[in-house]
Amino acid sequence: MSKKLLIPLGVFVVLCGFLLVGLWRDPREVPSPLIGKPAPAFVLAQLHEPAKTLGTADLKGQVWLLNVWASWCVSCREEHPLLVELGKSKVVPIVGLNYKDESAAGKRWLVQNGDPYNVSVMDRDGRVGIDWGVYGVPETFVVDKTGTIRYKQIGPITAEALETKILPLVRELQKS
Amino acid sequence: MRRLALLLLIAVIALSPLAALAADAVPTEKDSVAAARAVRLSEKLRCLVCQNQTIADSNAELAQDLRRQIHEQIAAGRTDDQIVEYMVARYGDFVLYQPPVKPTTWLLWAGPALLLLAGIFGLVRILRARRAQADAPPLTADERERAARLLAGDTGKDRS
Repeated sequence: MSKKLLIPLGVFVVLCGFLLVGLWRDPREVPSPLIGKPAPAFVLAQLHEPAKTLGTADLKGQVWLLNVWASWCVSCREEHPLLVELGKSKVVPIVGLNYKDESAAGKRWLVQNGDPYNVSVMDRDGRVGIDWGVYGVPETFVVDKTGTIRYKQIGPITAEALETKILPLVRELQKS
Repeated sequence: MRRLALLLLIAVIALSPLAALAADAVPTEKDSVAAARAVRLSEKLRCLVCQNQTIADSNAELAQDLRRQIHEQIAAGRTDDQIVEYMVARYGDFVLYQPPVKPTTWLLWAGPALLLLAGIFGLVRILRARRAQADAPPLTADERERAARLLAGDTGKDRS
């Protein structure tokens, strides 16, 4: 075979390589620019005690998770058993951001499915969600002691992501 | 009586679009400028839920929320650049339909020009090779004679 024919063949193979890698990537997962940045501040009313608030300032000095959930969110049900288990283990405090939800519906959902959250706060109009770059519920953020976002899980937490990414990161951050 | 009621009903139905119109505030000059700006901005930004639509096109809740954000920020007197920055800070460069020029996107921006250059380069090479062929030395006397013999010969036999 002449060398000239090898050039298009080479280009074709490289192109196939790119396309093959593309097959395994999820286009819905847009890397967040917020990782490594200070967590956007909020002060929101609590779901169960609307008279009380919880803010990012109250959580400084500890590693915590922010889990964005809603009663209307279908794939939240998928990850919820894992969260309930994590909540029971008390390894790390989980704050629930009840995103664009009715408080009654949210509370009922927690009664039905279990409440893994130390506190859930209400983001009725989704403004805090926008500040955190939320675009697909559920989403979960790992925030370190200094209040910096260290990791973001887009979509439901899987057992694999929990074991290989979230928990090791949380343990490491708790030590520091 | 019944006919009158029917007429009334028809009148009410026919006029109801007017009621809907009346509900909208009549935009002032300033409002319409701001609205045009909001539309222009939202056409530049990608909706992250339905990723092939702008937030102007999308009806996803997030797109509605982001349109509201744009309106509010325009009303608050922020510039277009500031609003775009606000979106990029939260959702990354992916929200921009037109990716920014920076080291990671140089290949993306230069790619078409590079491909064009490569194409021109290849074309020039092929044309030069052809010209070299055309400029090949004329036939020698021997070759000329052989060609004449071949042409004069029984072509029908050659084709069989």
